Amino acid sequence: MKHLTKNDRLLFIFFTIMVLAGPIILAPFGAGYPDLLQRFAIFGLFAVGFNILFGMTGYLSFGHAAFLGVGSYSAVWMFKLLTMNVIPALFLSVVISGLFALLIGFVSLRRSGIYFSILTLAFAQMSYNLAYSVLTPITNGETGLQLNLSDPRILDAANTTGSIPSTNLFGLTMNSTAKFELLGLVFQFNVGFYFCALILIAGFYIAMRIARSPFGLMLLAIKTNQTRLNYTGVNTRPYTLAAFVISGMYAGLAGGLMAITDPLAGAERMQWTASGEVVLMTILGGVGTLLGPVLGAGFIKYFENIFSKINDSVLESWFSFLPEGLSDAMVFVLHFFVGKGWHLTLGLLFMLVVIFLPGGLMEGGTRLYNAFRSKDTKSSKDEPKAAE
Amino acid sequence: MSYLEIRGVNKRFGGLQALDDVNLSVEAGTIHAIIGPNGAGKSTLLNTFVGKLTPDSGTVTFDGQSLLGIKPHEINQVGVARVFQTPEIFSELSVLDNVIIPCLAKRDGSFKLNGLSLLSRQADIREKAEQMLIDVNMQDKRNMTASSLSRGDKRRLEMAMCLSQDPKLLLLDEPTAGMARADTNNTIDLLAEIQEKRKITKVVIEHDMHVVFSLAQKISVLAQGHVIVEDKPENIKGHPKVKEAYLGGTS
Repeated sequence: MKHLTKNDRLLFIFFTIMVLAGPIILAPFGAGYPDLLQRFAIFGLFAVGFNILFGMTGYLSFGHAAFLGVGSYSAVWMFKLLTMNVIPALFLSVVISGLFALLIGFVSLRRSGIYFSILTLAFAQMSYNLAYSVLTPITNGETGLQLNLSDPRILDAANTTGSIPSTNLFGLTMNSTAKFELLGLVFQFNVGFYFCALILIAGFYIAMRIARSPFGLMLLAIKTNQTRLNYTGVNTRPYTLAAFVISGMYAGLAGGLMAITDPLAGAERMQWTASGEVVLMTILGGVGTLLGPVLGAGFIKYFENIFSKINDSVLESWFSFLPEGLSDAMVFVLHFFVGKGWHLTLGLLFMLVVIFLPGGLMEGGTRLYNAFRSKDTKSSKDEPKAAE
Repeated sequence: MSYLEIRGVNKRFGGLQALDDVNLSVEAGTIHAIIGPNGAGKSTLLNTFVGKLTPDSGTVTFDGQSLLGIKPHEINQVGVARVFQTPEIFSELSVLDNVIIPCLAKRDGSFKLNGLSLLSRQADIREKAEQMLIDVNMQDKRNMTASSLSRGDKRRLEMAMCLSQDPKLLLLDEPTAGMARADTNNTIDLLAEIQEKRKITKVVIEHDMHVVFSLAQKISVLAQGHVIVEDKPENIKGHPKVKEAYLGGTS
């Protein structure tokens, strides 16, 4: 059933609380610092938007990082030219990435399936290469687009401090953080994170409304049977294009937020690996579910953070209790799975999830929930949890 | 004046003359059957009504409007619905959602960007869909996933989806193909019931004579892309040309 219910409201309230309490909940796991929390929120938003296209219509785009990059560049240009206030920057990010998505979607959506994926991949790689070479006046090529003291910033008052100003929301600077210590843990409440979190929550709400709207039902119908939908009097092309543009705007918004939390934009943000990452996030979390993509994004960013920090000396200290030869062997083998080799671990995790939990983490959650339910009530046949 | 008018339709696939100067007129409110042996061009003919194939020459007009050169979704919006040989339904969605979609398409047209309005608040659509399910006796299956329905029920659902749009013309492409005798009889009953309740003009393409003779008011027999006989069912049965087409040359 695809109609907004009490369950949806509960899910939304639960989601809001979990996101807002993020700094408290994640502090004991060593993930309670602003930089990582911001990444959770930003990539969560990116994945939620991607899911509107991939999860609902079934069109797998391999080029969404292009919109992320375009969003970042737009935001930084706004910081350079107009003001350090984040609102105009985000506005431009969404508009430009939306227009860009309209253009790419218009061409790519003439094909479906693997051909669509290849077309989007080609467009994204083209954008990446253009940003590196021809478009250097706009993108500043390899160095990446950065803020300068000499930038005009028309709306901001004359800068007399001699340092580059920080991004702000009407004076509230994004990088200010309040710290509290309790029970030996440091809780950090960062303005930038809460700004991203509120946008994530708004994005989640909109995605939820879309999923429960007539438009959302049409998108699901496109995924299930386009032939029938055509013979039912529905023109599928504008629907897929709208879904593509909406998800492109989400990606642009996420890119804008990246620029807000760290005001520079580089071409590597548009590379195909970044596009692939959001696909992984969505599948890992659960394609077509509302919560799944956010979970997948959090999961990948958290483990990336942990595994990439482990280096050989950390490994050596772990295995120091073993005899010399054995500990060296362990370090030699595990060396490939940590630090820069963390993608190997991610690959293995991804394979395990796809093979054993095709519905992603959400399916795992649903299975656990059902297992507990049937233990408690002794009734074997339960409705699956509202995982949609 | 006839409702669906086919005049001089020709279609060639390479060396094969699939349709050879086909003329056909379907009266409003009747069931018109098109029968013929395998390869007679029945499906090709149907595909020219729905925007899937464009004939090399000839005209297809429906209610005074040409159906040639416009897309399937536009043809549906004109009021032509189609039931497929193998039921085309939204198999991953619930039975109710399957009927809601055509109701939405009927109300909102071929595209409407209403991404923030809640479906659950749209009582008109829901009531219409639920009433349709009651009409075809499927209300108890409304929350089932469509893929888990039996073949007969899938066919029933597909018809419900088409009927929920109140089409002016319903095209049925071998509605009983591959069905067991019991299912076939159910489908005949369903069609007869629909005909009684709603006088929708229907064109039925069939293979199974049994289905056609109990339903149709008029039958066109197609052989090798040509209409050889067009008459009432009782006159078709013993017609020598029909026997020849089905059984090969008479000795």
